[in-house]
Amino acid sequence: MKTAELVCIVCPASCNLKVYLEDNDLKIEGASCPRGVEFAKNEVMNPVRYVMSVVKVRGGDMPTVSVITRKPVPKDCIWRVMEALANVEIEAPVEIGDIVLRDICGTDIVATRRVKKL
Amino acid sequence: MKILNYDTVIIGGGPAGIAAAIRTTELGLKSVFLENRDVLGGIPLQCVHPGFGLHYFREDLTGTEFITRLIDKLEKTGVEYIVKAYVHSVEYKDFDKKIVNVITPRGVLKINTKTVVFTTGARERHIFEIGVVGDRPDGIYTAGEAQTLMDIYGILPGKEVVIVGSGDVGLIMARRFALEGAKVKAVVEILPYPGGLMRNVMQCLIDFNIPLLLQHTVVKVVGRKRVERIVVAKVDKDLKPIKGTEFEIPCDTLVISAGLRPYIDLLEKLEVVVDPSTGGPVVNEYLETSVPGVFVAGNALVINDLVDYAVEQGELAAEGVKIFIENNGIPTKTWRKIRKGKSIRLAVPHMVSGERDVILYARVSIPEKNVFVEIPEIGFKMFSFGVRPAEMLRLRLGKEMFSKLSDNVNEITLEVKPR
Amino acid sequence: MIFMDRLRVAIVGAGIVGASIARILSSYQNVDILLIDREPDVGWGSSKANTSIIHPCHEEDPRVHPLRAELCLRGNKLWREWVEELEIPAKWPGELMIFTDSDEEKRAREFLELAKMNKVPGVRVVDREELKILEPNVGSVVLGALYAPTAGIISPFEAVIAIVENAVDNGVKLLTETYVEKVRVSSGRVLGVETSRGFIEADIVINASGIYADKISHTAGVELDFKIVPRRGEYVLFDEDVDVKPTKILHTTPIPRTKGVYAITTVHGNLMIGPTAEDLPIDAKEDLSTTVEGVEYVLREARKLLRSVPPKSRIIRMFAGLRPEPPGGQWLIKVYEDPWGFVNVAGIRSPGLTAAPAIAEYVVKLIEDTYDIKLARKNSWSRFRRDMVRVGNKSLEEVDKLIEKNPDYGEIVCICKSVSKAEVLEAVERILKIGAKVTLDGIKFRTYAGFGKCQGSFCRWRIALLISEKLGIPLNEVVVKKSSYGIGDVKMLWREAI
Repeated sequence: MKTAELVCIVCPASCNLKVYLEDNDLKIEGASCPRGVEFAKNEVMNPVRYVMSVVKVRGGDMPTVSVITRKPVPKDCIWRVMEALANVEIEAPVEIGDIVLRDICGTDIVATRRVKKL
Repeated sequence: MKILNYDTVIIGGGPAGIAAAIRTTELGLKSVFLENRDVLGGIPLQCVHPGFGLHYFREDLTGTEFITRLIDKLEKTGVEYIVKAYVHSVEYKDFDKKIVNVITPRGVLKINTKTVVFTTGARERHIFEIGVVGDRPDGIYTAGEAQTLMDIYGILPGKEVVIVGSGDVGLIMARRFALEGAKVKAVVEILPYPGGLMRNVMQCLIDFNIPLLLQHTVVKVVGRKRVERIVVAKVDKDLKPIKGTEFEIPCDTLVISAGLRPYIDLLEKLEVVVDPSTGGPVVNEYLETSVPGVFVAGNALVINDLVDYAVEQGELAAEGVKIFIENNGIPTKTWRKIRKGKSIRLAVPHMVSGERDVILYARVSIPEKNVFVEIPEIGFKMFSFGVRPAEMLRLRLGKEMFSKLSDNVNEITLEVKPR
Repeated sequence: MIFMDRLRVAIVGAGIVGASIARILSSYQNVDILLIDREPDVGWGSSKANTSIIHPCHEEDPRVHPLRAELCLRGNKLWREWVEELEIPAKWPGELMIFTDSDEEKRAREFLELAKMNKVPGVRVVDREELKILEPNVGSVVLGALYAPTAGIISPFEAVIAIVENAVDNGVKLLTETYVEKVRVSSGRVLGVETSRGFIEADIVINASGIYADKISHTAGVELDFKIVPRRGEYVLFDEDVDVKPTKILHTTPIPRTKGVYAITTVHGNLMIGPTAEDLPIDAKEDLSTTVEGVEYVLREARKLLRSVPPKSRIIRMFAGLRPEPPGGQWLIKVYEDPWGFVNVAGIRSPGLTAAPAIAEYVVKLIEDTYDIKLARKNSWSRFRRDMVRVGNKSLEEVDKLIEKNPDYGEIVCICKSVSKAEVLEAVERILKIGAKVTLDGIKFRTYAGFGKCQGSFCRWRIALLISEKLGIPLNEVVVKKSSYGIGDVKMLWREAI
């Protein structure tokens, strides 16, 4: 039987979880909500993460706009997202939710800050 | 010099202040909201990571999304605010009369007001405060400063980074540096446990293989023009460096993340009573300080982990202001002091009346698993799988719990008990 | 003797001594003065990290150090005029040399005798009772003190800045970020200085280069046995709101090596304690590191002086300065006939800051006498220099009027010290005007932005932004002290990798 101890990161309650894996049978202890159970399952089978950064904005009241992956991406895809953002520059105005880059690691990268046109 | 009159002046344009400004306006009070920078929003403007608004908007938003929504709500509510406004001083004239002196590019304003709400936030502890000696080269930043540079102005402070202190801001910045391709050599933490949320330790350090050196301290900084390396040593139980355990870490950037302190210079001049365990003022359940009509909320009151708590405190203070204005002062009550029992490091507010529901914000002093957090005198009992100093407890005390309390009880005890 | 129309003088070192000499020389006709410094701005050597005291001079033994005693006394007088003319922050609280046992009392009374010899006014021994009235913050283990009322405190880095501004106003040229590598001598005459920016001709080279004065002298082939030992002094500065802030200058009874540990309230309102006095190896000319032992030592000594010392958590800055200690403590002030044109003003250890204006007068006279040159005073010399207008020390009514003329006085960028945008921009202009390099530190010393509780964590980026806009340079290229604020664009590492 394989066991793993993790801290759930779905919300700041940060429950201490114990995961027991035996013959493809998964048992999870310590979660105080169903999201925690789901999280533990995914962390063991298919860990994903949100990736956030900033990209340059031209002609706006701020020099950058913050961006994030719309959905969390597989952990080993994090660097593909960052590489894709390396040379991105966009024009103001930018609204929250505007797509900055399409279809990376199975999701889009969207703006999370408003930048007004100067 | 212009003279203005208001029911309340809110000082500090971050989330707590915005929330207080919205609520006071919604409650029909004549309020004005002051911010020193040229934009509202405070710290969340530069927080590109999620974890904001889980309670308030019931969504997991980035700091930037959260604050944009809050500012939109403020604009919709028609709050009166002034940016580039610097509060020079606050004078106490009478329990319902204060003068707030403000310097703006349009001239000096003298604002006569019945109440003041301080939402001035926190300042970061700097390298001298934590006693790091050695050279004073360039390349040393506080974590918040590094965040402003990277995530507002898009510049990279350095590329071989050591983070001093495992507070949340430092952990978040460790991830940001790592994502942008910098090498984060270590996070150095003097205590035996991390200073930030576990979720941040997982997602910012463990995910990126950044070593967390617990029970270590930076003994000195070395560098002529710019940081070249630091000397680190293990510490003993008295937090003193152990001779012979020193080793060097070459780096070009030091990010100091040694904690926040409520920024209350103006409040101290009003001589409010300060709680040394929070670094902020002593308050009653209306978040009124020991000076009548002076309220405080957000990080200026107590360092919060979640922006949602800062916002909630802003609203509570606004409601307190309303009660103050309607009743010509907070009505006299039999206040019950919250006594800090076993394992409780801090708790605000410090006094409760028992006549209304109240929310207690508290922190434990040591990490413990499987405990009850309780107030025996009123039968409050809450189970937790794990409590940590880095994770603030938000405890809702319904007023019905106080009905059992006899009138001559002046103190109730908040404590942690093992299961 | 060679008759010259114009005398070209190069002064190596824009510290308190070099700047003072430049100022005095600038009052004469037909003298071209170039003030050279290795740092980006003026006064960044010993001049900015010392105890800031204008000494009464009762600690100088005229039998052992007659020149030090004489120039110290004259300097103490001259500073009273210079701080007014140049608007340098200063105060004159007087000092108390504290003794805590009979040995120290015996040593203190010896200084009373020196005070009589040097004719220092008003020096006397005070007992415990009177001491407690003179200085309520004094510690409880004291026996008494030697009181010397003519002591003062100035802001040493502002002093250098003010003196240089005045000198430049009067025609002096400043060259910063310039290393003097060698003094060129030929046929027994100085030809000029070889620098990192090339060769600069000069008839007279005045070596006022502080810690490096021995090296510079050696390159001229002069005083090859003269060695300067860097003596490190560590200081601790507390925030403005601590309980214990002495009104007078307090210090422990001196020992031969050092004047003792001081506890003062600086002109900016901070409790400052220090220094240590630790001799470093001759070549450690750049070691400005603070140490745990140094900090502990000054705090320990301070407990003798003050009724209580604030906790370490109230420290806002720890820093160290190097003082140039010459052999036997003897100042080397000499005008050489071989090589003709070389002047040493070297090893100017305490009371160097106090004596600086007098040293400058003395050096100029020595040059005139030794070289048989008669310098004529300018008719148009401007002796006055105005300090910056600051929001931080004005009443609200005055601030309102300032804003009417310039709204930038109403935009406060450093919250801890109430420093306005107008002041930051003016500081940039003043640095450019003297010909120094604009750095965040240079702005800090001129405006006090970053001196407060937050030590710049709130305001440094705001100041940098103003500099970046004013100079038209990218934010990351703004210089902190000697390196840039950022290393480049946030995506630079990814772009390099792709």
